[in-house]
Amino acid sequence: MTDTAATAGNIPSGRAAGTGAAPLTTADGQPLKVALRRANRRARRNAMLLVAPLFLFLLFTYTIPIVQMMTRSVMNPEIAGYLPNTTEAIEDWDGEGLPGEAVFAAMVKDLNAGGRSTIGRVAARLNAELPGARSTMMGSMRAAEDLQAPFKEALIADDDDWGEQRIWRLIKRETRTLTPAYYLRALDFEYNQDGEVVARPPSMQVYRAIFWQTAWMSALITFLTILLGYPVAHLLATLPLKSANLLMILVLLPFWTSLLVRTSAWIVLLQQNGVVNELLVFLHIVDDDGRIRMIYNRIGTIVAMTHILLPFMILPLYSVMKTIPPSLTRAARSMGATPLRAHLTVYFPLTIPGLAAGVLLVFILAIGYYITPALVGGESGVFISNLIADRMTGSLSQLRLALALATILLVGVLVFYWLFNRLVGVERLKFG
Amino acid sequence: MKFDGVQKSYDGETLVVKDLNLDIAEGEFLTMLGPSGSGKTTCLMMLAGFEPPTHGAIYLDDREISQLPPHKRGIGMVFQNYALFPHMTVGENLAYPLKVRGKSKAEIKDRVDRALAMVELSGFGGRRPAQLSGGQQQRVAVARSLVFEPNLVLMDEPLGALDKQLREQMQYEIKHIHENLGVTVVYVTHDQTEALTMSDRVAVFNDGVIQQLSPPEELYEDPKNSFVAQFIGENNKLSGSVTEVSNGTCQVTLDTGVTVTAKAVNIDGKGSRTTLSLRPERVFIGDAAVDNRLDGRIEELIYLGETIRARLTVAGNDQFIVKVPNHGLSEGLTEGQAVTVGWRTADCHALDPIAG
Repeated sequence: MTDTAATAGNIPSGRAAGTGAAPLTTADGQPLKVALRRANRRARRNAMLLVAPLFLFLLFTYTIPIVQMMTRSVMNPEIAGYLPNTTEAIEDWDGEGLPGEAVFAAMVKDLNAGGRSTIGRVAARLNAELPGARSTMMGSMRAAEDLQAPFKEALIADDDDWGEQRIWRLIKRETRTLTPAYYLRALDFEYNQDGEVVARPPSMQVYRAIFWQTAWMSALITFLTILLGYPVAHLLATLPLKSANLLMILVLLPFWTSLLVRTSAWIVLLQQNGVVNELLVFLHIVDDDGRIRMIYNRIGTIVAMTHILLPFMILPLYSVMKTIPPSLTRAARSMGATPLRAHLTVYFPLTIPGLAAGVLLVFILAIGYYITPALVGGESGVFISNLIADRMTGSLSQLRLALALATILLVGVLVFYWLFNRLVGVERLKFG
Repeated sequence: MKFDGVQKSYDGETLVVKDLNLDIAEGEFLTMLGPSGSGKTTCLMMLAGFEPPTHGAIYLDDREISQLPPHKRGIGMVFQNYALFPHMTVGENLAYPLKVRGKSKAEIKDRVDRALAMVELSGFGGRRPAQLSGGQQQRVAVARSLVFEPNLVLMDEPLGALDKQLREQMQYEIKHIHENLGVTVVYVTHDQTEALTMSDRVAVFNDGVIQQLSPPEELYEDPKNSFVAQFIGENNKLSGSVTEVSNGTCQVTLDTGVTVTAKAVNIDGKGSRTTLSLRPERVFIGDAAVDNRLDGRIEELIYLGETIRARLTVAGNDQFIVKVPNHGLSEGLTEGQAVTVGWRTADCHALDPIAG
């Protein structure tokens, strides 16, 4: 069209005039940009004041706890605090052979200075890594008062474990106030007695398997919500308004009941003496003693979570499908496309923004889910959140392990989000 | 193309299309014109295959297509809001029907280029529909419906979303494309100007029935019933009773007692009620020599530039409009003035009676 051609031609020349010539000014000679900034400043300040309460709220309830979680998961201040002299002296030791006299002297000094409970805590900590370290520490603590220089010979004479390289390596490692140990543990690695990072014995490995299980079960649940939700969303978007409203209420109904109630309802339905099994027995599909185990395992988690997360898939899909005019598929069909082809080449590509939003919502919600796997997951159907919650109530080192697990989960979600953004483009998504 | 006794009902209680019989010649530009709800779009949808006829059959080139799904009919279609695929470029949109038909890449490229050239959009193939203006989108939609060379193209109010000026321009463009390609076009609109400008024949729909099927001229000059007279163009109506019928004309005594002569078009014979239809530009004020003369009074004068629109009271009808050509000789008219109006018998059609 002539008018568009004219505008298209005008834009570059107009821009060239703006940048090439002297900067524009207002009537009284002020640079236009300065004047604009000043005029906008007040509006910007008001906007910032309005969001300030929310910003503070998020800072205290969200940002600070997360930062705290991440720092605590790498903190290890105990040994350095209880054995200050040793910590200082051992810093120069290169880890080869035995440390020098100065380190032994510092250790004796710390053993003398520390009370029973302090050294006891250090001993317990070291013992967890190196069995026997407790008795070495506690024994030498009692003897420390009588030890004379040279302390190296004296300590080794008191307990020949002090002559072993590994206890000193362990102490040196544990005097660092920041440690990756909890992250190693969270990924089923550990330090061996020579201080090298090795995989934990297979019987002790848990977390990697549970991380993996959390990921694949979340992916499966996401896939199931697509499978079940896509047709429902399509129906919702195409039905006449009256029936669509009724259906929408049915979709939203689960939102209005408590999560606990919904999960418990699945227990009633799926347990060994539950509705489904009774029905199967009644219909002679299974024997009375061949009842299917559908709850307190992975099936239970998958079924219940798919049900609970379904609306998060349906709603974004629906909102996108609602905007796709039915004439588009009709146009495709009038041009000779079969209904299936019209759907795949025209309708489906246009629903991708909603589908992607649903996938993002459901997968991220699922991967951090706690209540449902805790109630119906039994032994096999647990998620990483259940392990995190379990470790939170344990000792200090268990708590730090939980924090490390949680941080890994958070990083995993962020990586997923980043990848997703690269593949789909989050700004294209429509959440509803 | 032929509709044979087609009926359509959506709810099983009312008929949206009542007994439609329509023959469309090859290469014809036929417009279905009517108010909304008159069944014209339903007819188009039945033709395209999106709605099955409840009764009757539709033939295309002597082949019954009533039961054929849309994608096997090979009918091009332009939709009301263009229905361009927003996730494809203009070129991909045009290539779609060709790809579906499994044409070679070279042929697709060639045909897409030709189609773009036809609608004067060469070089726009790489753009998205959203980057085009309304008129450009409209041309792409037209090009897309023609690119696979169908024998029949359906257009469902394709110009409804454009502004007036663009609409007029597009009317001519579509008309020219039709003339150049010789393709059969069935066009649906509620805009009578559009219908009169473009069509070879116009089917005026009302209430699920074709009221009149005629070339545009005949439709305007010679309406077959009151609905068509009312719907197409402006129209003055006067009610009365037939007192005498002879030789294609009739005497009608108006409700005020005056008797006039009219062309007998659609009357039941002597004694029946009738509505006379008169075009505002065929009524003369003053002494012009005409067959019928009545007294009237000017109620209102509106200056429109090329014409002066006068509202009169004539034979009890105070909405009687006369268009007076502004040839510089009519300055004598003033509001409230008593005048004589007249018209030729041939311009006054006695049609079926309507209330009011």
